[in-house]
Amino acid sequence: MLLSEIKFLVLKDIKLEFKQRYAINGILLYVVSTIFVSYLSFAQIIDPATWNSLFWIIMLFAAVNAVSKSFVQESTSRQLYYYTVTSPQAIILSKMIYNFMLMGVLSLLCLLVFTALMGEFVTNYPLFISALLLGSFGFASSLTMISAIASRTNNNFALMAILSFPVVMPLLLILMKVSSAALSVGTLGGNMKYLAALFMLNAIVIAMSYVLFPYLWRD
Amino acid sequence: MNGFIKNNWWKLLGVALILYSIIAGFLIEVPSVTGNIGESIRNLFFHVVMWFAMMVMFGTSLVRSLRYLSTFDIKHDLYAIQSVNVGLFFGVLGIITGMEWANYTWGTPWTNDPQLNGAAISILAYFAYLVLRRSIDEENKRARIAAVYNVFAFVMLIVFIGILPKLASGSLHPGAGGSESTVNSLDFSMRLVFYPAIAGWIIIGYWLTGIRIKMAKIRQYLDNPE
Repeated sequence: MLLSEIKFLVLKDIKLEFKQRYAINGILLYVVSTIFVSYLSFAQIIDPATWNSLFWIIMLFAAVNAVSKSFVQESTSRQLYYYTVTSPQAIILSKMIYNFMLMGVLSLLCLLVFTALMGEFVTNYPLFISALLLGSFGFASSLTMISAIASRTNNNFALMAILSFPVVMPLLLILMKVSSAALSVGTLGGNMKYLAALFMLNAIVIAMSYVLFPYLWRD
Repeated sequence: MNGFIKNNWWKLLGVALILYSIIAGFLIEVPSVTGNIGESIRNLFFHVVMWFAMMVMFGTSLVRSLRYLSTFDIKHDLYAIQSVNVGLFFGVLGIITGMEWANYTWGTPWTNDPQLNGAAISILAYFAYLVLRRSIDEENKRARIAAVYNVFAFVMLIVFIGILPKLASGSLHPGAGGSESTVNSLDFSMRLVFYPAIAGWIIIGYWLTGIRIKMAKIRQYLDNPE
């Protein structure tokens, strides 16, 4: 029952996206233009640490921008409709899955454009890509819940940044550690500890969202 | 007078414990550890206890938030917010005493250390909690959403203080980065001051929370007396 509801809601979001094409195009343009601005201002990066931190800063802001839309774009009357037909758990999980897919596409594209413009620094692609995907997963799950909280307030765009910063920070710290290893001599096996920590962190956030979202939802 | 002592003995106990910890903290013999840590070890009685008190306050707030979510009684929300306020007070004091210590030990008030950054970010999370509360007008909605975020913030606090410093190698902070916790290998004479200090500050924390709750109730009454 829950699974079919989730599947239906995710398909609904994807269909809506293909129909409107405003979220994904806007975010893609945002990422590309941010990378282009940093390309113009840095000219050339020679230091892997700078490459790494710049990449993740761009990813962080792209993620906040992409995910913050997920609840704001739903009108009150449509949410009322959801309330009558589905369970809150299905809503939050479907939003997370949709945002994960969005973030996955976004992060791979970000890597592609960033590498093309700023130079190739990644030496261990399997490690970097797995960090990137786990990172997208983590951004999607933690930011979805935060955007649900922020959408309930009066000034949700300012609050989205304030509230998400402390929640995303542990994720970002571990991600930067893993990806800086992927830029030098790190191996997939040697960084299993961090990847496992990332996975656990995501599991905690998803479990909390699953339990707490019903309280946020009803008005 | 009799009734006063009967109702307020725990406040007197708290004051006595803190006075004891300050006086004894400066007077007792501390074990002669070589190096900087030996010269600054008395900061344990003032800096570390702040974090213990802060954790107890934030923990109380978490329990109150969970109870609010299960009962929807607005009373619990009042306890939750005031516990966070007092916890933040202790947290800021903890950061200040830590910066004082770091200035003499490392030569700079702040270093890029996982323990320090974790403490700073988790305090920021609780300041974000205060901002979140301010941005919702309706009382019950505010209580519910703030309670949800409070649970999130506490879990992040645990991640920051308990998990991330263990993952990060090379924390300079005593008791972190895989090195043996200083509290576990603490000298007995220091424990005699350290534990009463923790108890004293926690009592003062609850006292402060109680006063703040009374203040909030009076303010509420003045805003719309029924």
